[in-house]
Amino acid sequence: MSPHAILTAFLTIVIREVRRFTRIWPQTMLPPAVTMTLYFIIFGNLIGSRIGQMGGFDYMAFIVPGLIMMSVITSSYANVVSSFFSMKFQRSIEELLVSPVPNGVILAGYVAGGMARGLSIGVIVTLVSQVFTDFQIHSLALVAVTVVLTSALFSLGGFINAMLATKFDDISIVPTFVLTPLTYLGGVFYSIDLLPEFWQGVSMANPILYMINAFRYGFLGVSDVNVYAALGMILVFIVVLSVACLRMLARGKGIRH
Amino acid sequence: MTDALLISGLTKSYGDGFEALKGIDLKVPQGDFFALLGPNGAGKSTTLGIVCSLVNKTAGKVEVFGHDIDRELARAKMNLGVVPQEFNFNQFEKVFDIVTTQAGYYGIPLKKARESAEKYLRKLGLWSKRDSPARMLSGGMKRRLMIARALVHEPRLLILDEPTAGVDIELRRSMWTFLEEMNRQGTTIILTTHYLEEAEALCRNIAIIDHGRILRNTSKRELLQQLHVETFVLDTEKAMDSAPALNGYHTRLDGEGALEVDVEKGNGLNEVFAQLDRQGIRVLSMRTKANRLEELFVRMVEENAEGQGLKEVNQ
Ligand SMILES: Nc1ncnc2c1ncn2[C@@H]1O[C@H](COP(=O)(O)OP(=O)(O)OP(=O)(O)O)[C@@H](O)[C@H]1O
Ligand SMILES: [Mg+2]
Repeated sequence: MSPHAILTAFLTIVIREVRRFTRIWPQTMLPPAVTMTLYFIIFGNLIGSRIGQMGGFDYMAFIVPGLIMMSVITSSYANVVSSFFSMKFQRSIEELLVSPVPNGVILAGYVAGGMARGLSIGVIVTLVSQVFTDFQIHSLALVAVTVVLTSALFSLGGFINAMLATKFDDISIVPTFVLTPLTYLGGVFYSIDLLPEFWQGVSMANPILYMINAFRYGFLGVSDVNVYAALGMILVFIVVLSVACLRMLARGKGIRH
Repeated sequence: MTDALLISGLTKSYGDGFEALKGIDLKVPQGDFFALLGPNGAGKSTTLGIVCSLVNKTAGKVEVFGHDIDRELARAKMNLGVVPQEFNFNQFEKVFDIVTTQAGYYGIPLKKARESAEKYLRKLGLWSKRDSPARMLSGGMKRRLMIARALVHEPRLLILDEPTAGVDIELRRSMWTFLEEMNRQGTTIILTTHYLEEAEALCRNIAIIDHGRILRNTSKRELLQQLHVETFVLDTEKAMDSAPALNGYHTRLDGEGALEVDVEKGNGLNEVFAQLDRQGIRVLSMRTKANRLEELFVRMVEENAEGQGLKEVNQ
């Protein structure tokens, strides 16, 4: 395929993905907006006012970046895993398999679709948070880079999950038993300074901690970890997962007999 | 001229070790209308699945218009349109979006993709359904949707795996007309079907496959010439207890009391009627027992099952 044809194919996949999640917006866009509003009201306003300061900031200001990141992670992952798995399930993945679209473009298209949803949700949650707090921005570039890379990473994660899944249950196991706990324990609601030393060490093994802290640093200028190490780590993960995805696609595991 | 499809030594073992194809050779010239026939589980869909990369082959070679699928897969795919046996579109997507998106996968820019989608949806009588989600279509409409989707990038080779399964007679005829027209305009067509009259009406060349082997690959004409005995069913005015003996013909009564007569090619029917006349038997109507190809087909597959016809007679 010519570069122009490849671009067309890529955009076709992205448009299809965007059309999908906007068509079912009550399932995809509304829930995070509602959930995050509740978090802001309950943790930020009601409980937060009793907690006082966290990491040197109002509790509300402290949790907003983490909550934005949490919705971006969940939405990016969920978009790719459910879209790609249902393509597999309905066998409409065959539409792509018979076409000349290269595997790398299929992957890029789905990841871009996941990022489109993850980042739109990020924007929505950010706007909602504005009702409750005015936040400052320490470094817009860092905010943007962190959120874009994190969204790409979890879109890739969703892709791998969808490739490996054989039934609908398989697509909720990772979000429920891995992503959610790691996010909650990844310093969305607290600075790990509060933890005993041992648990601080354990927390340092949680990759999501680095993403949330890098992101929060972009807003507040404070972080529990080295921000550049965090970005480097996300990049390494992206490369590793991309290679894994491309290998699986090439072998056709679960999609070709 | 390069062949539209060239398959040699193709084998396939599924993950469970089942050997679905045991060395298939097939050649479909450009412009052909080709039928791949065989009983359930013969390996038709497996063969076609390999050609359009839905199934990974175990060994062998496949070329589409001279493009080897191991070396020039994208080019091979560009020339191919596929209508699979089972529905494989997103049930929630709109008809128009499904066809337009497919065009996009071939790198066709949006404006052209829309035009082409409209052209084929109109041709297949689905234009009025363009905004319906696919799941709201009837079974026959879903088949036509898959045909429109397969054609949207105007492939030179169209592969249809049982395109008329579950389609009513009227629609089947109109699909035939449509496919014949496509073929006349230069599209090579390969189809599988369990309706042998369909193969007889449409196809020039035929291959018969069973248990993963090609039993026969020849022209329809040659195949039909092989049939030297044809069976006719006569409805007689009076019910008979036993079949009348006719000199030079085998006769018997079928389950419903109609008279069956085996007629060897070249013997003609006049003598049958002359003899029946002499015996005072009046015939009200007559039909051939089965589609001619069907008889041949059944015989071949039965022989194969008995292990007699296993020698391959590929041309
Ligand atoms: N995914 C699979 N795993 C294991 N065996 C399979 C698989 N798909 C098909 N087979 C087996 O391979 C053989 C050929 O199947 P195939 O679908 O090619 O038959 P077919 O000629 O298309 O039959 P039909 O007329 O019923 O569509 C069958 O015995 C089938 O059970
Ligand atoms: Mg089949």
